[in-house]
Amino acid sequence: MTRDVRRRFVSAVFVAACAAAVLLALIPLAMILFFVVSQGLQALNVAFFTQLPRPVGESGGGMLNALVGTFVLTGVAALIAIPIGVISGIYMSEYRGTRLATATRFAADTLNGVPSIVIGIFAYAVAVLPFRQFSAMAGGLALGVMMIPIIARTTEELLLLVPGALREGALALGATRARAVFSVIVPAALPGIITGVVLALARIAGETAPLLFTAFNNRFFSTDLRQPIASMTVQIFTYAISPYEDWHRQAWAGALVLVSFVLVCSLVARVVTARVQRLRG
Amino acid sequence: MNPPLVSPLAPAARDPGPEAATLRPKIDVKQLSFYYGATRALQDITLQIYPNVVTAFIGPSGCGKSTFLRTLNRMNDVIPAIRVEGKALIDGEDIYAPGVDVVQLRRRVGMVFQKSNPFPKSIFENVAYGLRINGMAKNRSDLAARVEESLKQAALWTEVKDRLHTSALALSGGQQQRLCIARALAIRPDVLLMDEPASALDPIATQRIEELVYSLKSSYTLVIVTHNMQQAARVSDRTAFFWLGKLVEYDRTDRIFTAPSEKLTEDYVTGRFG
Amino acid sequence: MRTELLFRVLIGACAVLLVVLVAAIGVELARESVLSIRAFGLRFWVTTTWDPVAGEFGALPFIWGTLYSSVLALLISTPIALGIAIFISELSPERLRAPLVFLTELLAAIPSIVYGLWAIFVLVPIVRQLEASTPEVLRALPLFSGPPLGVGMVSAALVLAVMIIPFTSAVAREVLKTVPVAQREAAYALGATRFEAIRSALFFARTGIVGAIMLGFGRALGETMAVTMVVGNNPQISASLFAPQYTMAAVIANEFTEATDELYLHALVEIGLVLFIITLIVNAGSRLLIWAMSRSAAPAVAPTSPAAATV
Repeated sequence: MTRDVRRRFVSAVFVAACAAAVLLALIPLAMILFFVVSQGLQALNVAFFTQLPRPVGESGGGMLNALVGTFVLTGVAALIAIPIGVISGIYMSEYRGTRLATATRFAADTLNGVPSIVIGIFAYAVAVLPFRQFSAMAGGLALGVMMIPIIARTTEELLLLVPGALREGALALGATRARAVFSVIVPAALPGIITGVVLALARIAGETAPLLFTAFNNRFFSTDLRQPIASMTVQIFTYAISPYEDWHRQAWAGALVLVSFVLVCSLVARVVTARVQRLRG
Repeated sequence: MNPPLVSPLAPAARDPGPEAATLRPKIDVKQLSFYYGATRALQDITLQIYPNVVTAFIGPSGCGKSTFLRTLNRMNDVIPAIRVEGKALIDGEDIYAPGVDVVQLRRRVGMVFQKSNPFPKSIFENVAYGLRINGMAKNRSDLAARVEESLKQAALWTEVKDRLHTSALALSGGQQQRLCIARALAIRPDVLLMDEPASALDPIATQRIEELVYSLKSSYTLVIVTHNMQQAARVSDRTAFFWLGKLVEYDRTDRIFTAPSEKLTEDYVTGRFG
Repeated sequence: MRTELLFRVLIGACAVLLVVLVAAIGVELARESVLSIRAFGLRFWVTTTWDPVAGEFGALPFIWGTLYSSVLALLISTPIALGIAIFISELSPERLRAPLVFLTELLAAIPSIVYGLWAIFVLVPIVRQLEASTPEVLRALPLFSGPPLGVGMVSAALVLAVMIIPFTSAVAREVLKTVPVAQREAAYALGATRFEAIRSALFFARTGIVGAIMLGFGRALGETMAVTMVVGNNPQISASLFAPQYTMAAVIANEFTEATDELYLHALVEIGLVLFIITLIVNAGSRLLIWAMSRSAAPAVAPTSPAAATV
């Protein structure tokens, strides 16, 4: 082959390889979605959403306690993470360049990279050991700690995108810096911040490892924060590694609910972002 | 309606303004110098701005006219490492004295920016913002009345009265700028500083802003920075010419443009440089 | 201004809280592992016995398992992730770009427990089939020795690879975006083929790309659930892809609630402590590389900071 032909051939192979990579990655995605939907739909019924799990070995029952439990846990996590995350984000954007802001950003990025099981150990040490029992509170703490850096960084980035002219306009009208931040800048970034929070919640709802020894699990219905609580993820795990066919099917149903929830949050986030973009013009 | 070929604000028709010694100045600046870090941006500026008069600052790009404007409401404070020497007295009090409440200052000395910056809120909420944060309205109907008054002063009321609660960002460029003027006027400042308010607008919108400036003169003290000499000639009573951070000449507008004392001024206004 | 100072202090307190939180995690981990550290010292990292009954704890099998699975996952996923990143950012037709990005984000958003579910019920049977049908000739090699159980190193590595692909690919895409357009234009203007132009862009971005790969590696190191379900949970050190093994995260997940005495618990926490430190180093290193690359690529275009002003 002449040199040119060879070069073109190599390029074509390269392009094909990249396209193949894309297809290759889509295969597991398609497989997972296919199995989750097909297996999950089979086992999904009204009982799933309204009943508690049956004793070991018996078939039937549902995941009501786990559904509620996930809801409670994400609620506690949100209560912890939203204030700390948003306010840290405000500090990082308002006082960008100071040593504390740099340290906070570094801390947030580090926290983001800590394996979720390690955060579980932390929550265990801080919230389970002193009280000598597993609790929803401890589980919520673990999830909240995971959410903080996500919310903080998203808030920081969105606040930095707000045009400086808005701040100047507020200051020129006699607003103090605090006033300008809370009445103009944060509201301007609010849709994005809310989207970030929703996405963080979706991510946290799918976490299992940090709950294994904090919230633990609970066969019964409970919303008591000081008691162990069931959760979708831990329940799915327990069912999946069990030897019972019926439990396996319920695990798929649970997975379907989880994936649907994540998908819905993801789509809502996109729609909101697109609408806000159009409004801003 | 076609815009008139000759501006109603043509020099001959205007009141020449007060002579220097007869009236107390609203703003009295003495030997003001301004530094960004080690760079001196303004050098020994001394000038007086009189009430109910339109004063224009002109000069080539980078001459310091906007910097000087911003010293008058201490907007430059947001920049780190700045230093101010000299005095700037407003109603006899130095605004750079220690312990001066900057927030209060900005209530009295309002500002309109080159590029309009309405908040992403409704038209009503934009104008109401200053009133709310300064606690200036007694109740909801008082607030609504003052918003209406400001929008009328800014010649925007008739265009927006039926859509006060729609987004301000949906207005045209010229309307947004008039909204920003209404927003600034709502808190009833004594002085209104305008930093090239019409430079981003088309000629028709520009003319409306100029007419607005003229109509506000009787109630406010206006200072307007402009890079457009014809605009300064049309709109102002007194003009200050800045160059490289120094005040070169300050006089009645008609004198600056027809018989300036400094050669530099004459070169600038006749277009030899700039 | 006093109100400004108050504002700064109150808001700053939250920021300080975040920093303290990260330090607190390290501190708690150290505190809850002292018994084990004192009892075993450095031997912990080279001993292979993990015998809770006898009170003998050695973490080498878990380190081996974690590294083996993560490195293998990295080898499998990196070419694919980079291929995706290159395709989306350089080769894809405009219309396909947004859907492809959405699909990769979807891959990233699937909870790890769902990956685990799929792995245990779908992937493992397939792997078992493949293992069973491996030709005799390869079976003799240590890499492919052992019974075809399905669960084992290769399943763990495969599911890990799928999980880190979207991660590495997203970061690589961001890195490629920072390569100035002028670089590619220069290449094309000299008559380069697509491959050659992209190759020069990749070379320009090499530091950042390495950073992206390292970030994926860090993610693989800490992944727990999906791995736990398919790695076989056997604390043995084996070169075989087929052999059931154990990772650091998996042993903590499985045995934490079973730890009957303090020493056992402390040993597990010590493993967690080391996992924490390793991921910290890998992540910090990768972020440093990405930051260094973005600094050299384009002059920093800082968004308007509160201190910006126009003259």
